[in-house]
Amino acid sequence: MARTSHPVIDLREVSKTFRMGPEIVVRALRGVSLRIERGELVAIMGSSGSGKSTLMNIIGCLDIPSGGRCLIDGRDASRMDEDDLADLRNRRIGFVFQSFNLVARTSALANVELPLAYAGLGRADRRRRAERALGSMGMGNRLDHQPSELSGGQQQRVAVARAIVTNPSLVLADEPTGNLDSHSTEDVLRIFARLHEEGRTVVLITHEPDVAARAGRVITLSDGRIVHDEAQAPA
Amino acid sequence: MIGAEVLRIAWSGITANRLRSGLTILGMTIGVASVIVLIAVGNGSSQAVASRIQSLGTNVLLVQASGGFRGGARASSANTVSLTKADAQALQSPGLAPDVKSASPVVNANGVKLVASGSSYEPSSFIGTTPSYLSAHSYDIAAGSSFTQADVSEHKRVAVVGQEVVQELFAGASPVGQNMKVNGSNYEVLGVLAKKGASGAINEDDVVMAPITTVQDSLTGAGPIDSITVQATSESALNAAESEVTQVLEERHKIKDIAEPGFSVLNQGSLLETSSSTSSVFTTLLGEVAAISLLVGGIGVMNIMLVSVTERTREIGVRKAIGARRGDILTQFLTEAVLVSLIGGVAGVLVGVLGSQFEIAGVHPEIATYSIFLAFGAAALSGLFFGTYPAARAARMRPIEALRFE
Repeated sequence: MARTSHPVIDLREVSKTFRMGPEIVVRALRGVSLRIERGELVAIMGSSGSGKSTLMNIIGCLDIPSGGRCLIDGRDASRMDEDDLADLRNRRIGFVFQSFNLVARTSALANVELPLAYAGLGRADRRRRAERALGSMGMGNRLDHQPSELSGGQQQRVAVARAIVTNPSLVLADEPTGNLDSHSTEDVLRIFARLHEEGRTVVLITHEPDVAARAGRVITLSDGRIVHDEAQAPA
Repeated sequence: MIGAEVLRIAWSGITANRLRSGLTILGMTIGVASVIVLIAVGNGSSQAVASRIQSLGTNVLLVQASGGFRGGARASSANTVSLTKADAQALQSPGLAPDVKSASPVVNANGVKLVASGSSYEPSSFIGTTPSYLSAHSYDIAAGSSFTQADVSEHKRVAVVGQEVVQELFAGASPVGQNMKVNGSNYEVLGVLAKKGASGAINEDDVVMAPITTVQDSLTGAGPIDSITVQATSESALNAAESEVTQVLEERHKIKDIAEPGFSVLNQGSLLETSSSTSSVFTTLLGEVAAISLLVGGIGVMNIMLVSVTERTREIGVRKAIGARRGDILTQFLTEAVLVSLIGGVAGVLVGVLGSQFEIAGVHPEIATYSIFLAFGAAALSGLFFGTYPAARAARMRPIEALRFE
C-alpha cells in the first residue's frame, strides 16, 4: 500500500492564530512540528490553554492551520475545502469523544453504520461491517439498543466501534475516559491498548497522567509549543 | 448518502418530537384543507348560479317593463312602457325580427289557490302564457299534453301542472283529465311537466301554466302583461335577436330617449357571462385568503426547523466529524422540512376533500381538481422554500463549533 510509506501525521511548523477582537490575537499554536508513525500509541498532554484542543482539531482535520503544513497520510489538509476535509475525516480518521457523541434515538448499529453511509456504502455491506466492529467491542448483543439504554462505558464502546468501522489510518480520542468511572476507564483503556496491538495508530488527548502512562510516547504541550516529546515503556 | 437512508434519518428527526412535529403538520394541514374547501365553496356557488341561469334557457331573452325585475319594486319612472300581447305578436313577425323563434307573453297570477279532490294547495307560481313558453324554457311534458295555440285563442280553461303540484294537490296520482278549482273556477288538467328540479331559490316544479287569455279573464284582468319571453333561433343568434327586439319595441312604443327606453331586455347569455366573471373573482379571493393560511403553515415549518437545527447542533457537529459533507446535512434537514409539509399536504387533501362533502354557508362545495394539485404542490414547495434557510444554516455550521455546543 502506498500510504504506508508516509507517516500518519506529519505537521510542519504548524501555527494557528485566532482573532478574538480588533486588538486581541490569540496564538494557540506557535510552530509545532510533529511526526507520528504508523502503529504508534501517542498521548498528547497539556493543561487547558496549552493549545492541546487546537492541535487535536488540526490533526483531526476539523480545522486548518493558519501557517505551516499538515499532512495526514501524506495528504496536505492545510489547503483543503470543507467537503474534502469531510471526506478525509470520513476515510482516514476515527473520532472518539469525551461525551461519546452518539446520535440520539438511533440504534447502536445505525450509529456505527453512519460513517459508512456517508462514505456511500450499500446497506448490506454497511450492516456487515458495523456488526463486526460492534462484535469486536463486545457489543454484538446490543445492536438495537439506543444510546439512552446503554451505560457510559457501553456508549464509549459503540463510539470506538464507530471510529474503527471505516478502518481509518488514525483513531483520535479526545479525553475518552473523562466521563467514565474508574471501572469503565480501565475497560476503555484496555480497548485502546488492544487497538494498538492490532497495529492501529492511536492518539489520545488527555490531561490525566495515568491515562498517558499507557502510551508508548507522550507529547506535552505548553503555551502553543511542544515542550516534551519522549518515548516510554507503556505501563 | 442513499435515498432510503436520507428518508430514515429525516423520519427519525420528525418522530423525535412528536407533539411539535404534529402541530407543525397540523398548521400545514389547515392551510391545504382551507385552500381546497374554500375554492370548492367558491366553485360550488358559481356553479349554482350558472345552473340557475342556464335552467332558464341560454337562448332566451326576457323583456320586462323597466325596473320591473328583481324584488318587485317597479320603477316609478314616468316613461315605463306597458307591454302588451300585441308586442309579443309583433316580435314573432319574421320581417321585423328574423332571429326570433318565438315570443311568449307572460302574466303571473299571485296567491292562487288550487283545490282538487278535497285538498288545496298554493303553487309558488301560476303563469299565463302561450305554448311556445314551454319550449323556450325547455319544459317537457311527462304525461298528457300541453295546451295549444287554439286553447289560447279560445280562452279554454285548461292547465299543465308541475311535479310538485302533482305531489301536493293530487297526492302523486296522475291528474291528467281531472279538474281542479283555481280560485273557484274549474280548470281541466291537460298534462304534467317533466321534473326539472329545484335550482337554488326557484323550484321549477312548483308551477302551473295555463293559456294567457284564460288567466287574464279569471285571475289578473286584461291589463298589460308582465313580461315577454323571447326565444332566439339559436344561441349564436341571441345578440342579433336582442337588438331586433329592442328596435321593434322602441318603434312600437315610440321611445325617444334611448338611454331610458322604459323596458329592459335581459340576455341570459350575457347574464351568465357577468355572473361567471363575478364568481371567478369571488373564488380567486377565497383562494387567496386560504393561501395566506398555507403561508402561515410554511412559516410554522421554518420556525420549527430553526429550533430543531439549533437543538441538534451537536449532532450536526458529530455527523460532520465522521464525514458528512455540507450537502449531506443540507439534504437531511431539507428532507425533514419537505416531509413534514408533504404529510401536512396529504392530511390537508384528505380533510379538504372530506370537508367539501358538507354544505357550507348554504353552498354545496364543488371540488376543483386543480385546487387539490395546487394546494398540495404549494405545500411541498413551501416546505422546500421555508426549509432551505434552516437547512443551509445547519450545513454552514463549522464542525468544531458545533461539537463544542452545549
